[in-house]
Amino acid sequence: MAIAVSPPPSAVASQMARSSRLGDKAFEWLTATMALVVVVLVFLVGWQLASESVGPVRKFGFHFLTTSTWDPVSEQFGTLPFIYGTIVSSLIALIIAVPLSIATAIYLTELAPLWIRQPITSLIEMLAAIPSVILGLWGIFIMIPFLRDYPFPFLKKYLGWTGLFTGPIYGVSMLAGGIIIAIMILPIITSVSREILRSVPNLQREAAYALGATRWEVTRIAVLSYAKKGLFGAVILGLGRALGETMAVTMVIGNTPQIALSLFKPGYTLASVIANEFTEATTDMYLQSLFEVALVLFGITILANLVAQLLLKTLGGGASTRAVQ
Amino acid sequence: MIGSTDNNHKWRKIKSALASAMAFVSALLVIAPLGFVFFHLLASGATSVNWDFFTHLPAPVGEKGGGMANAIVGTLELLGLATLVGVPFGVMGGVYLAEYGSARINWWLRFVADVLNGVPSITWGVVVYGLVVLRFKSFSAYAGGLALGLMMIPLIMRTTEEVLLLVPNGYREASLALGINRWKTIVHIVMKTASKGIITGILLALARIAGETAPLLFTAFGNRFWNHDLAEPIAALPLQIFTYAISPYDDWHRQAWAGALVLVVGIFVINVMVRFLTRGRTAHFA
Repeated sequence: MAIAVSPPPSAVASQMARSSRLGDKAFEWLTATMALVVVVLVFLVGWQLASESVGPVRKFGFHFLTTSTWDPVSEQFGTLPFIYGTIVSSLIALIIAVPLSIATAIYLTELAPLWIRQPITSLIEMLAAIPSVILGLWGIFIMIPFLRDYPFPFLKKYLGWTGLFTGPIYGVSMLAGGIIIAIMILPIITSVSREILRSVPNLQREAAYALGATRWEVTRIAVLSYAKKGLFGAVILGLGRALGETMAVTMVIGNTPQIALSLFKPGYTLASVIANEFTEATTDMYLQSLFEVALVLFGITILANLVAQLLLKTLGGGASTRAVQ
Repeated sequence: MIGSTDNNHKWRKIKSALASAMAFVSALLVIAPLGFVFFHLLASGATSVNWDFFTHLPAPVGEKGGGMANAIVGTLELLGLATLVGVPFGVMGGVYLAEYGSARINWWLRFVADVLNGVPSITWGVVVYGLVVLRFKSFSAYAGGLALGLMMIPLIMRTTEEVLLLVPNGYREASLALGINRWKTIVHIVMKTASKGIITGILLALARIAGETAPLLFTAFGNRFWNHDLAEPIAALPLQIFTYAISPYDDWHRQAWAGALVLVVGIFVINVMVRFLTRGRTAHFA
């Protein structure tokens, strides 16, 4: 009886195979769709920002990027001071952060005693975990008064002749903005550089040691020259973060749209103007202009990240990918 | 001649020692801000963190006391909403990257995910404003949760992929050899083995977005009162800290420090939890 009911074994097998193939296909497609979301998101962001900023693109064209009047009342929107502020504050941040980060990465991979490496790495991870807004809070109440009282007058006295450190000292300034961004990008440049240096094959080092090189010579000749491209990638990645940094900068840069040589003068960045004015935008053209500011910011950060990831991902081994988050 | 090479050697040694010393000083300078921020958070925030802070609404200007109870709950609600968006896409996307796809396609997907990670957080606020707030004509907890959730997707995707790749291939082969479907193998064997790692990735992503302010400015918007409807504006701890920090009132500054201390402690607690979880994981695979 039982034998009569059950189908032949070959049929069972093929039925099982079919249903499992169906389940497998469905699952594969499901996960593929979920993974494709990242691609969809990039286009969604670009499309959303672009479609909202059609108005100002039509009205101002390239003048949007090359003129300096930002006047919501008369609906004149030129973003040059914001672009200038974004670039200058990011450059200040890079000038401060790059040497410190790369030196720290060298210390952590080449020079430090083994027992100290993990604790320092953990501390740097903790620094990375501090939210931007809290660094901004610290910037307003601790860093700015300190800068105003000690380093800024010092810079003015001895380097005032360069023109970069002249004029009244308010505290809130382009320089303060650059410094706070530097603090924010130190961890990422350090951790990516560290991964890059760790991926340098030990053979490189051993060869240099065998030639009688000192520790620093080994690092300079065998490690740094080998890792040049990756370190450059780490720097560009830091630049990408610096360009888009919002809260902490907004709190210390002074939010004044002007182009001035002196770094003691307040500035304004693309990200800050969005943060400050988006909810106050009363007219359509005003709001759409802010959408275009976001589009410009998105464009330059995407570009920086593309370059950085290309540099990091074409290194060979997947060493860099872990740190790049 | 011998003297000169000796000198040269000495000079090279000195240079090496100098370089080491400078690298050491750099490392100290990099971790110094952490020390300063922590010190001032404790010094300025600890006195204002009290029972009221966790149980009361913000006090009006000029009135002493008050707390951020609504902002703390609001942040938790936003994190919950963000998890609903970020986890399914992130985890399943990570499964695809680790288990399926050709090397070339996955290279591109990873590439796009990492580029997406570098998109400034304020961009997500602007985009979700356009997608949700403009459409529904209201700031809302949903919009804020969506903005944070979208930020979580590439983060979770990459960590999930990474931990799935740590699972030895023998596990997959053994399961497939027993005639278990591929997808069941992935869900019940591979993902189960890596579950601690996946949870670690989710927690890390939550810690990363918990302090985000910029994406919430024009989505969640903030609220001085309790929020009873997720379609309405909602308070969040980072937003409240920002509002208070840039206000002209001393009382509010004190509250901002207290809020910052609570937020940082929360984020660090998550990070410590992660450390415990990962310790288990490495032990397991060792």
